[in-house]
Amino acid sequence: MNLDDLVSTNGEWLRGSGPEADIVISSRIRLARNLADFPFISKTTESDRAEIERILHSQIQAIQEAGKAPGDALYLNVTDLAEVDRQFLVERQLISREHAESDGARSVVIDTDERYSVMINEEDHLRIQVMHSGLDLEAALQRINMLDDLIEEQVNYAFSDKLGYLTACPTNVGTGLRVSVMLHLPALVITRQIEKVFKSLQKINLAVRGLYGEGSQATGDFYQISNQVTLGQTEEGLAKKVADVVPVLISYERQAREFLIHESQETLHDRVSRAFGILRTAQTISSEETLHLLSSVRMGINLGLIGDLPIPTINKLLIHTQPAHLQKLSGNELDAADRNIERATYLRQHLNVDGTSDPSNN
Amino acid sequence: MKCQRCERPATFHITDLVDGEPNELHLCEECAQTYLTPTEEEAAEVMPAMAGLLAQHLAVGESADDLKRLDQRACPVCGITFLEFRKQGRLGCPHDYTFFAEELEPLLMNIHDDTQHIGKSPKCGAAGADQQTQIIRLRREMKEAVATESYERASELRDEIRALEEQFRKDNG
Repeated sequence: MNLDDLVSTNGEWLRGSGPEADIVISSRIRLARNLADFPFISKTTESDRAEIERILHSQIQAIQEAGKAPGDALYLNVTDLAEVDRQFLVERQLISREHAESDGARSVVIDTDERYSVMINEEDHLRIQVMHSGLDLEAALQRINMLDDLIEEQVNYAFSDKLGYLTACPTNVGTGLRVSVMLHLPALVITRQIEKVFKSLQKINLAVRGLYGEGSQATGDFYQISNQVTLGQTEEGLAKKVADVVPVLISYERQAREFLIHESQETLHDRVSRAFGILRTAQTISSEETLHLLSSVRMGINLGLIGDLPIPTINKLLIHTQPAHLQKLSGNELDAADRNIERATYLRQHLNVDGTSDPSNN
Repeated sequence: MKCQRCERPATFHITDLVDGEPNELHLCEECAQTYLTPTEEEAAEVMPAMAGLLAQHLAVGESADDLKRLDQRACPVCGITFLEFRKQGRLGCPHDYTFFAEELEPLLMNIHDDTQHIGKSPKCGAAGADQQTQIIRLRREMKEAVATESYERASELRDEIRALEEQFRKDNG
């Protein structure tokens, strides 16, 4: 298996079948860890980073080879990857933007079913992340603990009894745990209640981010809710805090959808149908417009306004229509204008599957 | 249908909930965008960047003189100054949490509302933290010795590091 094999597959977390998967896209947990006998990344030399990479990579490989971690793993040396491949991994959420863009020796170990990935030399020496489809934090926490324990048997993590796991940024110290749930909240956006929701989340110390994490804009009504605090609470307690608030958000979103169906069904149906129409016929389309329209269509499917289109197909299109994915899928380097044409073609092919031919060809 | 705010055709139909009552708005794309985009102030409130948060908290309760003195303190292990940390928001090594403990405490309190870890801990315990810190320091000194061409000193340091690493393996083996 190599990186190119990932192109045509679909991550486990996009299968759209976990609990509450109509609204909750995925549950993710990550742990930040550092080796005790090396400085944090900002104070490492090039040779330190190479050494850290070598140590962690070989330990993780040993765990894999002993069959202790689930599934097959793919090891990628991020430093050597072409820019489009790094961007591809970011779009797939297997590495962070920071990991893609930083310097020096760094790598990632990816479960080929995309249930976990381990970044070496990101902001911390080690970033373990686990992702599940739907709302499934308990299972995700269990899996990440297992991976953490396996690695910890082999290395010495920087840890203090008072402050817990020591991290490069004090915002992660303690558990090093970030729990995040990605939600699709189109009706709360349409009814303009989303700001209120964000403000109340902030009051209870939860962060709201866009599709691609820290600093990214919320696009296409997709939002990530995560904990800010990492110290002074147990891992279970932190996960529970997020897990407790998500059902409330789900019920708000469902109420807003209900409201739209009752109060302005024609407007809603029109919006969804137009979105679907554009996606099925456009000849050139930007990635931003695609996200917005796919968001409407996704809600339309969940409300029964569009039949016969599975949610996993939409989840897949959300990812596969992004710039690096399109270039990997087509096998060509494409500029923005060509990508927009390629994207429209890809969408037409995948959304006109009900036996009718591509309407734009008629 | 015409946009309610200008002469262009309305293409966006927004249902606003005002005190639970639906309020329909029909706007052109441009007006809808202005209407829906939060102001900079609102946006900043919604997504507080971690770095910004950090800088804010650090400035609290420090006079300019205090801050200046504090900024010049450097960790003996990794060499980071507090100023460097304030600028980049990232610490240089695990020992910084001990060396800058006093300065970091109010910051941690601000971010986490707590300063005591109660979560998971490594099964082998946190033994040997001092030794490990020493290894980081010795490696840095060795690098400096090489840079100033003090090769004899560098080789002494290398032996010291190896001995520590060896002992560490035994202690944990």
